[in-house]
Amino acid sequence: MRRVAIIGVGETQFGELWDRSFRDLGIEAGLKAIEDAHIRAEDIDALYVGNMSAGKFIDQEHVSAIVADYAGLADSHLPTTRVEGGGACGALALLQAYAAIASGLHDIVVVGGAEKMTDVGEVKAAEILSATADQEWESVFGATFPALYAIMARRHMYDYGTTREQLAAVAVKNHRHGALNPVAQYQKEITLETVLNAGMVADPLGVFDCAPLSDGAAAIVMCAADRARKFCETPIELVASGQASDTIALHDRRDLATMDATVVAGKRAFHRAGLTPADVDVAEVHDNFTITEIMAIEDLRFVKKGQGGPATEQGETALNSKISVNTSGGLKARGQPLGATGVAQAIEIVRQLRGEGGKRQVTDAEIGLTHTLGGTGATAVVHIFRRVS
Amino acid sequence: MVAGIVSYGGYVPRYRITPKEIGNVWGVDGEAMGKGLGINAKSVPSPDEDVITISVEAARACLKKVDVAPTDIGAIYVGSESHPYAVKPTATVVAEAIGSTPVMTAADFEFACKAGTAAIQTCMGLTLSDMIKYGMAVGSDTSQGAPGDALEYSASAGGAALLIGKENLIAEINHTASYTTDTPDFWRREGQQYPSHGGRFTGEPAYFKHVMSCAKLLMDKAGSKSEDYNYAVFHQPNGKFPVKVGRTLGFDDKQLDAGLLVRSIGNTYSGAVLLGLCSILDRAVPGDRIFMIGYGSGAGSDAFDITVTSNIKKLKPAETIEEMTRDAKFLDYGTYAKFRGKIRMRGD
Amino acid sequence: MATPRFWREIPSRYNLLGTKCGSCGTLDFPPRAVCPKCGRKSVGKMQKQKLSGLGTIVSYTVVHDAPSSFDLLKPYVLAVIELKEGARLTSQIINVEPGDVKIGMQVEVAFRRLGQEGEAGILQYGYKFKPVTG
Repeated sequence: MRRVAIIGVGETQFGELWDRSFRDLGIEAGLKAIEDAHIRAEDIDALYVGNMSAGKFIDQEHVSAIVADYAGLADSHLPTTRVEGGGACGALALLQAYAAIASGLHDIVVVGGAEKMTDVGEVKAAEILSATADQEWESVFGATFPALYAIMARRHMYDYGTTREQLAAVAVKNHRHGALNPVAQYQKEITLETVLNAGMVADPLGVFDCAPLSDGAAAIVMCAADRARKFCETPIELVASGQASDTIALHDRRDLATMDATVVAGKRAFHRAGLTPADVDVAEVHDNFTITEIMAIEDLRFVKKGQGGPATEQGETALNSKISVNTSGGLKARGQPLGATGVAQAIEIVRQLRGEGGKRQVTDAEIGLTHTLGGTGATAVVHIFRRVS
Repeated sequence: MVAGIVSYGGYVPRYRITPKEIGNVWGVDGEAMGKGLGINAKSVPSPDEDVITISVEAARACLKKVDVAPTDIGAIYVGSESHPYAVKPTATVVAEAIGSTPVMTAADFEFACKAGTAAIQTCMGLTLSDMIKYGMAVGSDTSQGAPGDALEYSASAGGAALLIGKENLIAEINHTASYTTDTPDFWRREGQQYPSHGGRFTGEPAYFKHVMSCAKLLMDKAGSKSEDYNYAVFHQPNGKFPVKVGRTLGFDDKQLDAGLLVRSIGNTYSGAVLLGLCSILDRAVPGDRIFMIGYGSGAGSDAFDITVTSNIKKLKPAETIEEMTRDAKFLDYGTYAKFRGKIRMRGD
Repeated sequence: MATPRFWREIPSRYNLLGTKCGSCGTLDFPPRAVCPKCGRKSVGKMQKQKLSGLGTIVSYTVVHDAPSSFDLLKPYVLAVIELKEGARLTSQIINVEPGDVKIGMQVEVAFRRLGQEGEAGILQYGYKFKPVTG
């Protein structure tokens, strides 16, 4: 198997982008990545597109063909594939691209992730987000997506004494990071009081415990590691990945306060990489809700099980502390266009490892990790990155 | 061979509203209205309840008390004037929810407030003719009163189910009689959300004429007098009518009180007389004789002469109607209107 | 939800019909063709069984933000319930003040309307749970 590196990245602004269509977003991110990689359109062998629900958000299926077409690549009849796995689709698309290059099937691959969530209005968008839960045995009984995560939060509070203040600390930290990120949806700091006093969405999660609805796209160009320096000064290697699934319904999970899919995906990735959680300097974890980040840092074994709340409260996951988590602002502040999330997380790690982190640069960042979830934890994908030596 | 009751069960929603609360909104002395009607509170269904859910809960409560295989129930009839569908029966959902499908017959009845008693008579006929082993008669309603109308103070929600058969009877139905005429005292046209009524016309020419005439028919048939009965339960559109007609027929408060649920839960229409009977059966002892008479606008009465047997002691212990209606939550008018679909929502 | 799709699951939604594995005896809800514990050994051996409807709350939330079809019910309590037989499910808790719900609370099944397929569509019924009385 060949080793694989990232040679170019590009992303759009994330936010409520009323005058940008799905096609506009996909193309912008793709062109930026291609330019960053110093490749030409003819160099691209394949395209993988992560997109969760264009069919429901914009009534459009088959978006893989659209992205290739509007990128001006229709004449090259590029192999193009859409990848879906709940909110993990961007990370899964990255994995497909990695496998294609590692196996020798393709040489230069573009991975894009895009989602246009705001056209349908907040109520409809929230319903579509819930489509990754179990429709027959959760949604029909009134389970909204935030409700399912709230159920996890309450169990975590019951088992480990996690407090609402500790949940809120995740949001405060990520907004502080987001304020340093020019493409983040929210670039303003918030206070603990704001989070605690916000309206309730599903108790104990309030408005500020939940990541927003966002439009946005992100793209990455990858190639075999041994050719990477032809294109880019600081290629970043995707060292290893771990992927895992779990029951679709939250109620069938072994433990409501642990995401076994994250635990297994993490273990698989670290094992393949020959690394441990202590080696990681910077991580982008899936903070679609504040509780999710707390569980993620425990389940990835950055902190002990049950210690996610105290660790966050004590600042151990802030920029340049013990481990810098979600320096981009996370899904919470940077935004979460579902298909783009996994790719955008990888781009943040790539920038950090390249030394392009600007005001949010993690000092001496050598090893980075992304963690992306689908549904309420039925899919988890972990990628580990390091500078190509 | 006599047909009778094998088991019984009732259900009343947990929410209430007082006449005073209703009157406040319409600029009327609600407390006086309540006193005049003999009603202290009426039951209100939750937005996720309707005649189908109430009928299922009543039917399940009925079956919980006995060991009857649901597949031995050969017929289910649900009487109501607020069936959730205009076309598609309540009875089939009940049948499915108690596990008696598919070898059975079912249908919905409508006859204002006496659809439940009509169902009892039908089940008696099917049982006595050996067409079925057991039949279930359900009377249940989530009746509506137009905003500001007198009926808004009394129209409530509830239901009860009686399992009818020939064997293992906890109460024998010795006689039944009916009196029916075309009398338009109260009606609702297709497509109308609220019923209409003839005001004072609903009294003498309607309720009293049919109940009195039917009561006399039954007492002639049974050769009985009011003193022969331990309990009497009348259809109860308010707390006054049944007491007036009861006293006219010679019954006293001691006989009437147990069945008069209207005072605390309002008029449950097709469920009223069946729920009243459930309340009586909750406390009746072997040998007790019960006089039951329903009334439905349109108009008609069905009367029943019932004797409780020693089998009533064999019923499995279960929540009584009194215990069920004890735990009530009182609403303000706004919440009541929201629950009852009286507020026009977007898309309406 | 499309009419046939809802209708197909009525036995489980109305009557808590699950399956018992003929190999290890584990009860699953809703019915499964393959036992998660026994895998292939269980194929063809799964027996239908109705669950008792008695359970305990494992965790819960109070839902404030919900689709418009829940406008009349919000805020409502949603819980993960472990049934006596071991299987778990997700359902609303009724007849209780949101502030009084506790992990470990004993609940029993009730029959309620879950929703409807629009103003002219079919009505959908199924299970909700209420605190055990007495």
